[in-house]
Amino acid sequence: MLSRLLIVLMMAGVCYKAQAQKSLPQNMVNVKGGTFVPLYGDENGPVEVQSFLLDAYPVTNAEYAAFLEKNPKWNKGEVKKIFADENYLRHWANGQNIGPDAGKISNSPVVNVSWFAAKAYCECQGKRLPTVAEWEYTALASETKANAANDDKFYQRSLDWYSQPNPKYLPPVQQGFRNYYGAYGMIGLVWEWTQDFNSALLIGESRSDASLDRQLFCGSGSSGAKDVKNYVAFMRYAFRSSLKANYTVGNLGFRCAQSKKNASIKPAKRPAI
Amino acid sequence: MKRSPIHNAVVMAALAIYSAGILSSCSTQTSKAETTALTDKAATPLELPIVKAELTDAPLVPAPITRKHAAKVVVQLEVTEVVKKMADGVDYTFWTFGGSVPGKFIRIRQHDEVEFHLMNHPDSKNPHNIDLHAVTGPGGGAASTFTAPGHETVFNFKALNPGLYVYHCATAPVGMHIANGMYGLIMVEPEEGLPAVDKEYYVMQGDFYTKGAFGAPGLQPFDMEKALDENPSYVVFNGSVGSLTGDNALTAKVGETVRLFVGNGGPNLISSFHVIGEIFDNVYAEGGSTANKNIQTTLVPAGGAAITEFKADVPGNYVLVDHSIFRAFNKGALGMLKVEGAEDKKLYSGQIVQKIYQPEGSTVQEMPMSKTPLAAVASSKDMRLELGKTLYAQNCQACHQAEGQGIKGAFPPLAKSDYLNADVNRAIGVVAHGLEGQIKVNGELYNSTMPKLKLSDEEIANVMTYVLNNWGNKGGEVTPAQVRSAQATASSH
Repeated sequence: MLSRLLIVLMMAGVCYKAQAQKSLPQNMVNVKGGTFVPLYGDENGPVEVQSFLLDAYPVTNAEYAAFLEKNPKWNKGEVKKIFADENYLRHWANGQNIGPDAGKISNSPVVNVSWFAAKAYCECQGKRLPTVAEWEYTALASETKANAANDDKFYQRSLDWYSQPNPKYLPPVQQGFRNYYGAYGMIGLVWEWTQDFNSALLIGESRSDASLDRQLFCGSGSSGAKDVKNYVAFMRYAFRSSLKANYTVGNLGFRCAQSKKNASIKPAKRPAI
Repeated sequence: MKRSPIHNAVVMAALAIYSAGILSSCSTQTSKAETTALTDKAATPLELPIVKAELTDAPLVPAPITRKHAAKVVVQLEVTEVVKKMADGVDYTFWTFGGSVPGKFIRIRQHDEVEFHLMNHPDSKNPHNIDLHAVTGPGGGAASTFTAPGHETVFNFKALNPGLYVYHCATAPVGMHIANGMYGLIMVEPEEGLPAVDKEYYVMQGDFYTKGAFGAPGLQPFDMEKALDENPSYVVFNGSVGSLTGDNALTAKVGETVRLFVGNGGPNLISSFHVIGEIFDNVYAEGGSTANKNIQTTLVPAGGAAITEFKADVPGNYVLVDHSIFRAFNKGALGMLKVEGAEDKKLYSGQIVQKIYQPEGSTVQEMPMSKTPLAAVASSKDMRLELGKTLYAQNCQACHQAEGQGIKGAFPPLAKSDYLNADVNRAIGVVAHGLEGQIKVNGELYNSTMPKLKLSDEEIANVMTYVLNNWGNKGGEVTPAQVRSAQATASSH
C-alpha cells in the first residue's frame, strides 16, 4: 500500500498545473448520461453512465508538447521506464521536440503515450481519463443518433476502420466525424486509453475469452448471444486487454474526461475476478 | 518535494478516483513483464544446439531437416497488416504472419524445443496472438502470445507429436482474424524424417468475405454478415486468385515425385482437395502419420492439413482445385502444376480422334441469343470493323479460329477463302440462316453444320465487313441494306 501511495504521489507531484477548472472547459462536450449494455462487464444487464464532460478531440501532438514544456519529467528520453516503454513518443525527434514531421502531425492525435502519461496529462488539466463504460457509451453515437448500435452503415464504417493498418501520418483531429454529442473521431482516428482499460480480463485467447465471458455473465446467456456479433466492440476490448499501463502503441492516443460537479464520484469498481 | 495545498488536493482527488484496484493491477503487470524477460534467458536449455528456423513464403517450403538430434529452434514471426492483391483489380487488407497469406512455413523436428517470438509490427492496428496446433499447452500458445502493436512476446514449447499442423491467430474476434488471412503451416518432421522426394510445395486454402461480389474492383472491406453466413466471395489457394497459375504455376519434371503440404485456414469451408489428372500415391490424411494410398480427393478440414504425394508420370498442366467445384471456377480456388518432360503414349496417348457427333441429326439448330443490349450502329467503315471484331470473337472465333484459319476437316477457313470471296451474298446468307451439307473450301471438302446465328442485319454487316477486310480476303464494306437484300435472295431459294 505504501508503494502504491508513493507512485500516486510521484505522479501527482510532477504535475505543474493544478488549477481546478471552474467553468465549462474549452473544447469539451456534454455527454448526457444513460444506460447501455457493455460487451464485457461485471454486472448483469445495462450499465448506468452518469452525465459527464468529454474532450471534443483526442489530445494532439502540439497540446502534448505544451504539456511537456511545463512537465519535462515526461519528456521523451527522460521518462521513467516503469511509466512508459522504450517506444514512448517514438514518432517524435527527442525531448519536447516533435521533429521534422511537426508540420504534418502537430494537430494530429498524440500516440505512443503510456497510460501513466495520459493519466498525468489529464490530471494536469484538472481532468481524468474516461472510464471504459463512459468511452463505450459515447462511442455508440453516430452523427445523428445517440445509440447507433443497430445502424448497419455506421457499424460497417467502424469495422472498415478497425480493419485498416495505420496511415503514415494520422489526420488532424478535426477530420474525425463529429458524433451526436459533438465528440470528434471517437471511431476512425486512433484507439484511446481509458481509465480502467484492463478490467475486462480478456486474455486474448478468443475461445477462452468466450468461456470467461460465460462465467462473467452467468445467467445472461441470451443477451450474450447478440453481443457476439458486435465485432467492433470485441476488437476494442481485445485491444485494451493486450495493453499494460507502461505500453505505448503507434495508434493509441487518448482524450480526457471530467465528472460533472453535481455528479457523485463513485470509486472505480474492482474487476469481478 | 515541495508541495502546495493545491498539489495536495490533487493528490487526494487522484487517490479518491483511482482507488486501490487499478494501480495495484498496473504495478503487478509491470513486474510480470520483467519476469518474462528473465524466464526467457533462464529457459534456454544448455545441452541443445541453437538453430534459427528458416521460414519461407508459399509455395516454397524450407529444406528437409537432416540433423539426427533435437535442437533449440528459434522462430521469429512478425505480424503485419498489409494491403495486397486479392484478384486482378481487387485489393484487400490482409493480416499476415510474415507479410503474406498464408503465413511463413515453419519446419522443425519432433522433440525440438522451440523458442517462439511473436512480433507485432508497430503499424498494426490490432493486437494479435498465435495458436499453433503443433503445441501442447493452453491455447496452443495463444494464451502466452497476446501482443499489442509494437510489442513482442516469447514462449517456449516442445514439439511432442510429429505431423503437419495449422497455426492461426486466436484474438477476439477470432473468425475475423482468420478471415483476414492469419494462418499458416508448421511441419513437425518425425525423428526419422520424411521420405525423400524431388519437389515440395506449400499450398494453403482460405475463404474470404468481401463487401463486393467476386471481382468487384477496388479495396474491398471485410463483410461480417457474409462471414457469419459462411458465404465467401473468394475461395483461394495461397491468398489470392492466380497465386498458383500462369507464371506462378508450380513446376515439376516427368519422373519426379511431388509432395504438397496442403493446409486449410478456413475460417469456414472444408476443402475437397483434388489435382485434376493425378492420383495421390500417398495421402497423410489430416497431416497425421498414416499414409493412405491411391487417393483421388482428400478432405482438408478448416484448421487442418494433409500431405499429398504423387509421381509426375505424364507431362502437361495439372489443375489444383477444391472439388466443391463452383469454388474453383467462380471463386478462385484454382492452382496449376506444370509437368515438363517426354511423353509416354502408353500412359497417356493424347487425343487420337476428333470428329463431329450429331445425335439430333444434322438439321440446322438455333443458337439462343446470349445478350439483349441495344447494338451499337456503325457510322463508318472503321467503326464497322471495330464492332465486327468483337462480334467475330463472340460468335465465330470458337470454330473459325482467331486468324480465320478454321480447323481442317471440321470448320472451313475464312482466311483467303475462295468460297467466301467468290460470293459475298451467299456468305451473308450462311451467317443469317446457317448452313448444312457439303461444301468445298480452298480445295478441302467440309460436311458439317453451321448454326443459324441470331444476329441483326447491322451485326451481320459489321462481322462480314470485318471478315472481308482481314486475313487476305478481298476487302470492301457490307451494309445492312446489302444484308437485307442478300437475305431476301437467299430465302427465295
